[in-house]
Amino acid sequence: MRNMAHLQVKDLCVSYNSTPALEKISLTVPDRKITVIIGPSGCGKSTLLKSFNRLLELDPGARLSGEVLVDNENIYAPGTEPTHIRRKMGLLAQKPCPLPMSIFDNVAFGPRIHGQKNRRRLQGMVRYYLKQASLWEEVKHRLHEPASVLSIGQQQRLCLARGLAVKPEIILGDEPTSALDPFSSKRIEEKFLLLKQRYTIILVTHILRQARRLADYVAFLYCGKLIEHGPADEVFNRPRQKLTREYISGVVS
Amino acid sequence: MLKEKLIKNIMRLCAFMLAGLLVFIIGVILVKGFTALKLSMLIETPRGGFYLGGEGGILNAIVGSLCIAAGATAIALLVSLPVVLYLNVHAKRHSGLAEAIRFAFDVLWGIPSIVYGAFGFSCMVFLGLKASLLAGILVIALVEIPVLARAVDEVVRFVPADLQSAVLSLGATNGEVAWKVMVRQVFPGVLTAMLLAFGRGIGDAAAVLFTAGFSDYIPRSLFEPVATLPLAIFFQLGSPFPAVQDRAFASALILTILVLVVSVSARLFSKKLARYRVHNL
Repeated sequence: MRNMAHLQVKDLCVSYNSTPALEKISLTVPDRKITVIIGPSGCGKSTLLKSFNRLLELDPGARLSGEVLVDNENIYAPGTEPTHIRRKMGLLAQKPCPLPMSIFDNVAFGPRIHGQKNRRRLQGMVRYYLKQASLWEEVKHRLHEPASVLSIGQQQRLCLARGLAVKPEIILGDEPTSALDPFSSKRIEEKFLLLKQRYTIILVTHILRQARRLADYVAFLYCGKLIEHGPADEVFNRPRQKLTREYISGVVS
Repeated sequence: MLKEKLIKNIMRLCAFMLAGLLVFIIGVILVKGFTALKLSMLIETPRGGFYLGGEGGILNAIVGSLCIAAGATAIALLVSLPVVLYLNVHAKRHSGLAEAIRFAFDVLWGIPSIVYGAFGFSCMVFLGLKASLLAGILVIALVEIPVLARAVDEVVRFVPADLQSAVLSLGATNGEVAWKVMVRQVFPGVLTAMLLAFGRGIGDAAAVLFTAGFSDYIPRSLFEPVATLPLAIFFQLGSPFPAVQDRAFASALILTILVLVVSVSARLFSKKLARYRVHNL
C-alpha cells in the first residue's frame, strides 16, 4: 500500500541529554493544507518541527528513535543523506535570518548551490519568488543592496522567497511571526493562506487566535505527548480530550 | 552611594593609567627615536661598521620583518580557517573533540616563542638546513596559528546557530555553509584576527633568532638568512655607542609605525567589507 502523504511520523521519540522531549508521536500531515502545532512553551513543538528536516542533529545532546517518512522515505534510516530531504522543506525561523549578501544573492543562493548558473534564469527566478513572497515591489530597485537594510518584516518575506526558490513541497514555520509587528504578521499569514494551494504547510505557534485563523488541521502537544490531533473544526469546537478543552479555553497555558 | 563612587573612580583611574602608559611608551620612543631617525635608515642597508656607528640603514630588517610576518600570517590563515570552520560547522559546536582542539590551541598560545624557536632550530639541525627566510616564516607561522585560530574561533562562535540552520534548510551541505556563508559573515572579524597575528609575528624576536638568522642584505631567495626589526633593535641597543643606541629607538619607532599603519588600514578596509554582514541576528 502506497501512502501519498508527503510527511508521516511514526512512533517518534526524542530526548535531550536523556531527558525525554517527545514521546511516541505518530502523525500523518495532510498534503496542501495548513497543519498547526499548538501547545504551551517547552512542550516540544519546535523539537517536533526540527525532527522533520533533521536539523535536530545540530544539537549534540539530542537522541531520536522512530521514523519520519518524507515521500515514503525514512529520513532517519542509516545512510540517508539529509540535503535532498531538507531541500523539500522550506524553513521560516522565529527571527528572520537573512544571509550576509545582497537581496538578489539571498534568493539566488538556493538555486545556485543546486546547480543553476544561468544568469538570466536566475534573474527570472529571483523576480518570480520575490513576487510570490509579495516583496518584489518594495525591493525591485535595490536588489543589490545588503539584505540587512530591510525591515524585519521584509526580511521574513525575503526568507520565504529564499525558501520557495529551492522548490520545496513543504513549508515549515517555527513561530514565524513572533518577531514581527501585527501588520507584517498579517501579511505573512495571508501568504500562507495562498501558498497552501500548492504547498503542505506546517506551523508552530503558541498564539491560539493565529491557529484558529490559519489551521486546517491541528496537533496539540503537551509535555512532549501528542494529546490530540484532527481537523481544526473538530479540535477547536469538539475536542475529545479534557486537556485540549482546557488549553483551548485558556484554563491551562 | 559613596562606595559606588569610590569604586567607579578606582576603575576610572585604572583606565587613565592604561591610556597614559600607552602615551608614555609612544612618547619615549618618539622623543628618543625621532632625533636619530634619518631617511637613510629607511632606504639603505647597513654599510660596514653600522653597528659601531657607521653609515647605512635598516632597510634589510624592515623588508625582512614584513616578509616574515606577511608570509607567516598567510600560512597561519590557511591552517586556522579550515580548522575553525570545521570546529564550528562540521563538528558539533560543543562536542568533546571541538573542546579538546580549543584546549590544545590555548596551550599552544601559552608556549613562549623561544620554545618555538628552539623547536624550529632542532628541526632545521635534523634536516641539515641553515637559518633562512623560509624557516623564519614557518616558525613565526607556528607562533601565529594559535593566536589566529582562537581569535577567529571567537568570531565564528559569535555567529548564531540560526544562520547554519537557515542555510542547511535550503539543502546546503556543511561545506557550503562554511565556505559560502560563514566566511562572508565573519570576514571583517577574520581580518582583525589576522592583524592581531601579524602584530605578534612582526614583533617576535625569540622565534626568529635561530631560525631566520640575521644578515646585512635583503635576501634574494627564501633560503637566505634575513634580518628582522626586533633583532636589529636588540643588536643596536646592545652596542656600547650612544649614537647606535639612539638608532635602536629610531628602529623601534619604525616598527611601531609599521604596526599602526597595518592596523589602521586593515580597519578601514574591513569596514568596507562589512557591508553585507547581517547585524540583527
